[in-house]
Amino acid sequence: MAQTTASGSQVSPQNSSPAERLLFGGLGVGLILLSLRQKGNSGVFLGTSGALLLSGAAMGRSVGSAVTQVRRTEDDQIAVARAVTIGKPVDELYAFWRDFENLPRFMDHLESVKVQDGDGRRSHWVAKAPAGTTVEWDAEITGDEPGRRIAWRSLEGATVPNEGHVEFRPAPGDWGTEIHVSLTYRPPGGTLGAVVARLLGEDPGVQVGEDLRRLKRLLEVGQEPTTEGQPSARKGVMKAEAKMYDNRRSS
Amino acid sequence: MKAVVWQGINRVQVETVPDPELLQPTDAIVRVTATAICGSDLHLVDGYVPSMVHGDILGHEFMGEVVEVGSEVRDVKVGDRVVVPFPISCGKCWYCHHGLTSLCDNTNPNPKLAEALWGYAGAGLYGYSHITGGYAGGQAQFARTVYADQNLYKVPEGLTDEQVLFLTDILPTGYMGAENCNIHPGDVVAVFGCGPVGLFGIMSAFVLGAGRVIAIDRFPERLDMARQLGAETLNYEEDAVFERLKEMTGGRGPDSVMDAVGLESHAGGPGGVADAVKQTTRVLESDRPHALRAAIMACRKGGTVSVPGVYGGLADKIPVGAFMNKGLTMRTGQTHVHRYLDTLTGYIERGEIDPTRIITHRLSLEEAPHAYEIFKHKHDGCIKCVLDPWADPKDHEPTKAP
Repeated sequence: MAQTTASGSQVSPQNSSPAERLLFGGLGVGLILLSLRQKGNSGVFLGTSGALLLSGAAMGRSVGSAVTQVRRTEDDQIAVARAVTIGKPVDELYAFWRDFENLPRFMDHLESVKVQDGDGRRSHWVAKAPAGTTVEWDAEITGDEPGRRIAWRSLEGATVPNEGHVEFRPAPGDWGTEIHVSLTYRPPGGTLGAVVARLLGEDPGVQVGEDLRRLKRLLEVGQEPTTEGQPSARKGVMKAEAKMYDNRRSS
Repeated sequence: MKAVVWQGINRVQVETVPDPELLQPTDAIVRVTATAICGSDLHLVDGYVPSMVHGDILGHEFMGEVVEVGSEVRDVKVGDRVVVPFPISCGKCWYCHHGLTSLCDNTNPNPKLAEALWGYAGAGLYGYSHITGGYAGGQAQFARTVYADQNLYKVPEGLTDEQVLFLTDILPTGYMGAENCNIHPGDVVAVFGCGPVGLFGIMSAFVLGAGRVIAIDRFPERLDMARQLGAETLNYEEDAVFERLKEMTGGRGPDSVMDAVGLESHAGGPGGVADAVKQTTRVLESDRPHALRAAIMACRKGGTVSVPGVYGGLADKIPVGAFMNKGLTMRTGQTHVHRYLDTLTGYIERGEIDPTRIITHRLSLEEAPHAYEIFKHKHDGCIKCVLDPWADPKDHEPTKAP
């Protein structure tokens, strides 16, 4: 269970934050109280739901985090780890990533990354945020082992403090290279904020997975496949249904 | 252009839609000269493969002439006559490098759905729901094809459309189904289902050295055709298939059994009814696996079960005890069409496999709704329909092949 995150802190076996436990625990108590005033099946249902919420809150296992699979560290940061295998040599992938200005080419939520000094250790990041806003921060490279590992961390003053590292490991046989990315970040609102964000479809875990897939397609094929603009006999509301299936929020 | 469009469960119509355009520099536009309806299209029409959307263009068996190519297309030229494999290969990923093109990592633009359903996503497929990418299909007058250099297969001179059309899917599918049977010379192979894939499976099993093929179906015209191909036949509505297979193989059972039926297999009895009821809810069970159950039970100890039939999701009551205790091997997969094209074209050129034998109906694209109807219900002796996107239905009386 114990996993070490980018910042070295442990992933907590409890997936809900104190605020979240208070919220769901209170909700559980409320439902139990409500159930006392109901007769028959609805009373049983409310009482059971209340008891489940309350016990979940007591054990630190929340419904929201369980459903959305958000993982938090013991100091209430969110931890994300994703990996992909790409059919390219380690050195090529390391060099591509080490030039941080390449990151927006496959990290969909990034608007730009500007390297600020000669050796590329400091950089300025601009990311898209919900509702058309942007978030900006400065970051520095905290570890750089050519062909093996790059680590970075946001500097003081970031709205969403974050740090991460990427490891490049030779894959077995002729598979190429495994890329392992770990990130921790502290979203506004702690774990509860992350759960809400995830429910709204802004989950960084999913984003990182999608980003790595885009990187693979960019480097292996040179482009993303697309069906946008192809003919169909769709009209009106059916277009939205197709979009929902295709789930390409970015485009 | 005219195209065959999915309009909801059991609703297929021909509509006028915009012509396809090049969307990426690796695309090519094909003027479709022949297209066919596949048994797996019926799973879409019947609504058992989810994520079809009203307005989707159907069809994954099509061929034609290249009329436009993107700026990065090198090997394919305007004017080339090509067949289009139904799985889309990127040609660059590990799977494509290893000939497993239907498992391509990079060509499904919508892999999250497939990952939710199956754990990992396979290749994009033409005209086969949004799980497999949502690419528009080829039952149309024109089709956008993608990664043209990796996918479009140039047809050798001297072969007709009907000789090569089935290279897009069912011929390689039957062949891979037979290859997956792991046939040793003289083996007995049982084939459940004598539709187009089963029939090509029979032809391929003989080509690969089977001594005997026993074919199982319930439609007389399909069983007739299986017999013409050299198979012995069983009608499962008249015969107790398991007992007969045992008897016909000296009590051993067939060395390999192919399930060329897939998720809409028919069965009588309480089990068959239960499957049908559960599948109708679309929740309790997505697939009716009767043929797969029968294949596992019938196969001899230590034998191989090959599954070219399409399965989509979840199936109940698979006899996993029989599977394990008999030491069976199961081999499956959407067809890696690309790896078989040269080999099968060779068989066709030498006359060792004649794909045109299974065609019973030649219709215009306009008649697609009728074609779907007779193909689905096996009316009018229909085994395989080929559609001509450019024929005028008025001067093109529906014809049944001799």
